[in-house]
Amino acid sequence: MTTETTGTRQTGVSDAPEPVAAPESPQGTSASWEHDHVLDLDDFTTEEILTVLDLTDRMQEVLERRIARVPALRGHTVVNLFYEPSTRTRASFELAGKVLGADVISLSVATSAVQKGESLIDTVRTLRAMGADSIVIRHASSGAPYLAARHTNASIVNAGDGAHAHPTQALLDLYTMRSHFGDLTGKRVAMIGDISHSRVARSDLWGLTALGADVVVCGPPTLLPIGLDASQRPEHAQQALPPVQIETDIDRAIEGAHVVMALRLQSERQQGGLLPSLHEYALHYQVTAERLARAQPDHLLMHPGPKNEGIEIARDVAAGQHSIIEQQVTNGVAVRMALLSLLALGADGTGAATGEGGAA
Amino acid sequence: MTTLAIHNGRVIDPALGRDGVADVVIVDGRVARVGPGEGDAVVEADRIDATGLVVAPGFVDLHVHLREPGFEYKETIATGTAAAARGGFTTVCAMPNTDPPLDRRSAVESVLREAESSGRVRVLPLGCVTSGRAGAELAPAGELAQAGVVGLTDDGDAVADARLMRHALEYATRFGLPIAQHCEDPALVFEGHMHEGWVAARLGLRGRPSSAEETLVARDIALAELANAHLHIQHVSTAGSVALIRAARERGTHVTAEVTPHHLTLTHEEVAFGPGTRGASNGNGSTYREIAYHTSAKVNPPLREQHDVDACIEALRDGVIDAIATDHAPHAVSDKEIEFDLADAGISGLETAFGASMSLVHEGLISLPMLIERLTSGPVGAWHLDQRPGLEGLGALSPGALGDVVLLDPDAEWVVDPEEFASMGKNTPLAGRTLRGQVVATVCEGRVVHAMAGLAI
Repeated sequence: MTTETTGTRQTGVSDAPEPVAAPESPQGTSASWEHDHVLDLDDFTTEEILTVLDLTDRMQEVLERRIARVPALRGHTVVNLFYEPSTRTRASFELAGKVLGADVISLSVATSAVQKGESLIDTVRTLRAMGADSIVIRHASSGAPYLAARHTNASIVNAGDGAHAHPTQALLDLYTMRSHFGDLTGKRVAMIGDISHSRVARSDLWGLTALGADVVVCGPPTLLPIGLDASQRPEHAQQALPPVQIETDIDRAIEGAHVVMALRLQSERQQGGLLPSLHEYALHYQVTAERLARAQPDHLLMHPGPKNEGIEIARDVAAGQHSIIEQQVTNGVAVRMALLSLLALGADGTGAATGEGGAA
Repeated sequence: MTTLAIHNGRVIDPALGRDGVADVVIVDGRVARVGPGEGDAVVEADRIDATGLVVAPGFVDLHVHLREPGFEYKETIATGTAAAARGGFTTVCAMPNTDPPLDRRSAVESVLREAESSGRVRVLPLGCVTSGRAGAELAPAGELAQAGVVGLTDDGDAVADARLMRHALEYATRFGLPIAQHCEDPALVFEGHMHEGWVAARLGLRGRPSSAEETLVARDIALAELANAHLHIQHVSTAGSVALIRAARERGTHVTAEVTPHHLTLTHEEVAFGPGTRGASNGNGSTYREIAYHTSAKVNPPLREQHDVDACIEALRDGVIDAIATDHAPHAVSDKEIEFDLADAGISGLETAFGASMSLVHEGLISLPMLIERLTSGPVGAWHLDQRPGLEGLGALSPGALGDVVLLDPDAEWVVDPEEFASMGKNTPLAGRTLRGQVVATVCEGRVVHAMAGLAI
């Protein structure tokens, strides 16, 4: 797995890091960054998204060095505050922080909706008082990172909140797509599955539309949120959600797609009466080779993970030649490095972050 | 003998069709005389100069949560009734979802005793429809009626079981009590936290669909017709509910209804975009780019869409909705300053009710006398409160009626500062907003229970 490789890379650090040169402005583009927090992509301009993606390119170069370590965030403390179990997102943030030389602490907090423990506000204030500069929050409640951001001057990074948003996943999805297509303008992206409960889909929608992609979402009618369809919104709220095509027929959704993204189906949707059975779901919504034949010949197949092979995605296509699912995971570290340094150093400080030119 | 003379105000008494400058004289807690110059005829009296103000019967609120007993950290009878006084309310109907709930005589009597000793204004409790509000067995309606309840409700929850609701309606007819229903089908509400619509879709929050309310309104109207009983629909919030109630009233069904100031003035956009009131945009010029999760706007039933607000206003104007009721639901900071889905639902509404509702008058949607009617004789008539012993003439300023009076400045602008609330519940989406229309003083049974600084007494 990618995480292992990255892990080896950094545990293997014993000799001195490669030299870090003076900051240099990034290649021609004017870096744009106005954020104290990363809560979702809905308040990102297209330029800001590109700033993150460009910086991710350079972070990727850092990760490819023999000793993947730069001291950009030395003395900086990143706390991962995870109220929900997570393997890849949490590991990805930990690695990102460590590669940049930050002190990284990860906290797993057991919680349930009925049992209100120490309040989120108290927790983030306490962590801030102990010196946390950035707090990465994963929480089952939609909006929890917004609550945290209102009550602390630490930088809050949303690592997934309820069914609302997962901006770092969206940025790594954008980065991964851009690395294949260069430009996403006019590219057709089909997201298949449980749209209602998908924070990935929501954030991807903002990011993809900002970069000019055409997005189609597809799922059974019980898993499509009311109001996502522009015709369900009043005139004044047409811009309040991104433009999107909505389908319930997977073949129509995949037709001509450059990217097909299968979303994870939680088995509790069946108990919730939203689906007759997982078998029935797979029958009508599983991404299969046969269905992918309708996509562009050079299409990409993505999945935010963890995937249920045989449910939302067929095993052979998940491991097939169009699948870039592992690249998504790999790119996650670099994207999070880019975000952590932008939050800590701003757009101007990021040249130093990568030690640009040092390897030349 | 104590006498209070209120001089020279514009007396608006919708029940009696009065609207003109007059004096109101209250002797020993009862209205003695109302008319031009009547105050001057009284030799010895406490006097209030109401020149330039509106003088009206004290407001009556059919829907208030006083939280005592059991939730005194949110509100007490003392603080809740002080908030009522500041809001111009001289009579508040207290919901029985306390701990213990008001499902037996002793619990009702203890609330009445506490209201007698610490209440600033009159408290009329309701009793539970079902024992323990559990929705399984009928609470003893007769015993509760004898203890003095003015209606029955499991408010906070609906009586979900249709057969039990039928029998509750039938049984209550024997004691002349309305069944006040919080119409939201728990199965359709499921785990919803706000109105199901595009704002919920944007925020990734589970929704409570309008149909959760409308299916129960429709069902309960059918049951009220079957039982030939009095059904009261609490806090109507959707256009569909309005249509159902309108049709039922045209058929002659005994169904009454209330609407809250927040459902008359705010939409679901409030949750995500802050100051989002009436009109085409969300009021603060936002491009819908930045969101928030305002728990102060989390309330059940939820704030709906503009066409629902418009339908509620129309129904209020037409009399399809009888009353404005606040659903005053105070909560502690620790219940509200938390994750949206974990936060308690409710708005502390007593102290902003008049100012918020006045926006309808200022926008020309209803007249001031009509607004006052929906806060006085409207609610009184809906539940026939003036036919209860000791409450004769409630909601009007007729000679012999209770000396409940409110002095209003319809044009005074003020900024809502929850820290100034008498209520312990600071939870309001109106914090920081300017309202036009202010309660200047409140008189309950001849006693001044609220007066703004500077009022000449």
